[in-house]
Amino acid sequence: MSTASILDIQDLSVEIPTDSATLKAVRGISLDLKRGETLGIVGESGSGKSMIALAIMNLLPPSARRAAASINFDGSDLAHAGERELAMKVRGQRIGMIFQEPMTSLNPVYSIGRQLTETMTLHRKVSRAEAEKRAIYLLEKVGLPDPASRLKQYPHELSGGQRQRVMIAMALMNEPELLIADEPTTALDVTIQAQILYLLQDLQKELGMSMILITHDLGVVSRSADKIAVMYAGDIVETGTAEEVLRNPQHPYTQGLLECVPGYRGDAAHRLGSIPGIVPSMTGTIRGCAFASRCPRVVDACKTEVLPRKQLGPGRTYVCHDPDATRNQSTADLHSAANEVPVELPKTPGEKVLTVDGVSCTFSVRRGLFGKRRSLKALDNVSLDIRKGEVLALVGESGCGKTTLSRTIMGLQQPDAGSVSLGQHEISTLPAWQRARMIQPIFQDPYSSLNPRKTIGDIIGRPLVVNHIGTKPEQLAKVHKMMEHVGLPRRVFNSYPDQLSGGQRQRAAIGRALIMDPEIVICDEPTSALDVSVQAQILNLLLDLRDELDLTYLFVTHDLSVVQHMADRVAVMYLGEIVECGERRQVLTSPKHPYTRALLDSALSISPDLSVPAPGLSGEFPNPMNRPYGCPFHPRCPMAEQQCREEVPRPEIIDTTFVKCWKARTFSHQAKHH
Amino acid sequence: MLNYVLRRGFMALLVALTVSFGTFALFHFATDPAQTIAGEDAPQEMVDDIREQYGFDRPVLVQYGDWLGGVLQGDFGKSYFWKQQVVELIQEHAKVTIVLALSALMVTVVIALPLGISAALKPNSWVDRLALSTAVSAQAIPNFWLGLMLIILFAVTFPIFPVSGDATWKHYVLPSLVLGASSVPAVMRLTRTGLLDVLSSDYIRTARAKGFMGYQLILQQAMRNALLPIVSVLAVQLGHKLGGSVVTESVFSMNGLGRLAVESIFNSDIPTVQSLILIFVLTFVLLTLAADLINAWLDPRIRMG
Repeated sequence: MSTASILDIQDLSVEIPTDSATLKAVRGISLDLKRGETLGIVGESGSGKSMIALAIMNLLPPSARRAAASINFDGSDLAHAGERELAMKVRGQRIGMIFQEPMTSLNPVYSIGRQLTETMTLHRKVSRAEAEKRAIYLLEKVGLPDPASRLKQYPHELSGGQRQRVMIAMALMNEPELLIADEPTTALDVTIQAQILYLLQDLQKELGMSMILITHDLGVVSRSADKIAVMYAGDIVETGTAEEVLRNPQHPYTQGLLECVPGYRGDAAHRLGSIPGIVPSMTGTIRGCAFASRCPRVVDACKTEVLPRKQLGPGRTYVCHDPDATRNQSTADLHSAANEVPVELPKTPGEKVLTVDGVSCTFSVRRGLFGKRRSLKALDNVSLDIRKGEVLALVGESGCGKTTLSRTIMGLQQPDAGSVSLGQHEISTLPAWQRARMIQPIFQDPYSSLNPRKTIGDIIGRPLVVNHIGTKPEQLAKVHKMMEHVGLPRRVFNSYPDQLSGGQRQRAAIGRALIMDPEIVICDEPTSALDVSVQAQILNLLLDLRDELDLTYLFVTHDLSVVQHMADRVAVMYLGEIVECGERRQVLTSPKHPYTRALLDSALSISPDLSVPAPGLSGEFPNPMNRPYGCPFHPRCPMAEQQCREEVPRPEIIDTTFVKCWKARTFSHQAKHH
Repeated sequence: MLNYVLRRGFMALLVALTVSFGTFALFHFATDPAQTIAGEDAPQEMVDDIREQYGFDRPVLVQYGDWLGGVLQGDFGKSYFWKQQVVELIQEHAKVTIVLALSALMVTVVIALPLGISAALKPNSWVDRLALSTAVSAQAIPNFWLGLMLIILFAVTFPIFPVSGDATWKHYVLPSLVLGASSVPAVMRLTRTGLLDVLSSDYIRTARAKGFMGYQLILQQAMRNALLPIVSVLAVQLGHKLGGSVVTESVFSMNGLGRLAVESIFNSDIPTVQSLILIFVLTFVLLTLAADLINAWLDPRIRMG
């Protein structure tokens, strides 16, 4: 690795004027990137990390204002270059960029081939044929099968993962010296995320590119980045090598973020650390430290004095008073009492409260008015039971049928075959109100699952009103008590959802679900729309409430670190089937199904000394309309044999774990010796 | 693509038949054609005679089938009022309307598109404000008033163009301006908001990151997307101009289909009215079909969906 800087940013600020005040999105940051290095910029939403990415080539939205002392890119100053110079000489040519949203970042009306080749023909005097040759070469490189015929396809014919591969190929058309990747894998499934990150890492090594990787995912950054810059409220609060920052964080915010990540402190922690409060809005003059209001180590000086940027070594800095008085306090200690609770209570398996028996669900899908009807098997003979007091995690990639299954359990979807019974009653025979009293959902997106025209108090109390439970004063008292339970301040009773932060909204959604004292709560990705610090608060809350109110959760998620933290038992779904189901420890430490293994390999824990693993799975999640014959997993399975291609695997039970795979016995045997 | 065209064509035909049958039935329930032909004061016997003679006593469905059968062979019937073949009548009047509608559409496009595009490129600038105030005033000014003002200004005070009639190309200038101006607000606004939407989209950001800027960014990357809704609205506007330019035709005393329709309605001339409505509906349906096809050509998602 040479030591020459390729990018040196000095004192970059981005301001966005709004009607009432000017938002300081980036506040005078400086960054330095060496040739061939990967710099990870991490931070939660609103920290300003994407603004930096856009500011480098001045691609900010028109309303934003950029100011910088200099942005030195290999000798030329991008801060003072005109639009024309940037467009003609830098953008797409020397600096390539990949964006977060693969679904909307490609122009829908032009073919993939045109969008790839124009990147090259715009900047260089090359013929279309030459550009096409390069496009085909790159598409092959990024792992799209049959690249030549891809050129004629349009974006809507490709899946999200495929589109992101096209985006990467597009960014590489002119062999850029620097690649800026803004959350390149956030919208993708974990197996695809691992494939894409591995690909980027591979290409970077091969082409000697430098890379800026912007992400909120500490696991991703720990595997991919050489250096890390942690952002908070528009400022870089800590920098250093990935190893230094993640192993020995200096800034309380970095420490707090790491504490929030499930699994960071190993299996032992019963509760996650969490950062109280929310990011303050960066308007007006900012005095002292922006993190002071949330910091566990705050002293008076933090709120008034200008912060020192402390240098620990070359490239290793942090911005904090680091007061001696509060040296040993961290976010985790705020809840120290709770952490002393013995972790694994010896659990006697409770009685079954819910039984799903052989449920199948087929949708008939017709494209267009005269298209042929085709059937889509969303659920195929799914059986499952949930026991009193447990957390059952339902895991799988998008499209695997998780949501259909949870809808069926709630009685919102009528199965074609099989039954769902609650205790003694079959759910289809129960009247709607009784069903709703026993099962309540919490949804993924707290922004759209609460009625924007109703106050929080109304929303939480609504189920009581609908079902005529109690008198008005009783209902009111119950709502107030519930708000206390879920940690909502009394003053938000009359607020509307858009006046609340994402975490508070999710608390309100939880309150609404729990006010009926349900037996079972179905949490459908309840934290995947939230930042990691807020996720930690919500997960802690859910676990506390389970203990207090004796609840049972069906926890639908794609995030295995959350599963690891929350679940007692795990069910893994693939193409509408449960392929493995068992105790959490069994499933996560010695998986019996190759798909579970692949999911586990793709989940990136925070380990700076490891790199992104080579993807164990080839290909993508298949379209449920074209179910593979035999075992539905065989086209992607590294162990598939003749039998797998021809016969549907028979379910069996190995070491108390339910598994559906012809090779399960040999596979788990191999894994043990691995 | 062929499959798509056939499917849309079939749908278009269904719509045309439904609307034409609807108006046919409505007319037969609302008025008594026999009475109309016989005259207000005709004796009941004569009316009954006519009813039998013309077949008005048969069920509506049969009459409609009969009429439709004629239409399919090019026979639209004979006008009760003008005592002339409807086909001839329409032929005489159609030319004026078609020329007027097309030139009005040109006026709309020439004013609205550049104005909308420049407004979108610089939102909240003086161009944008000019465009918006043009739109508001064009929407607020009634057609007939604008027509009269133009006549006073350019035909009376400065006699550049003739006051009325449809004999030469000069006769068409003022009416085209009036009729064209009426569509400017809708098309201009749609161009502006459509292009603004596209320009703030992720794929335009991608294009900028690839090095596109200026007119290349607008023409090669954004315009095709922004055109989709404009094509649809232009088709509807052209349909309006072909079918409903009654006011303009009246102000400028042009013998187009609009005036023919109004006079036929006043005189309860059912065969003419029915034929005109069928033609208007077909025009509309064909125009939306054409717009859909153009959009399908522009947008692969429509083409393949």
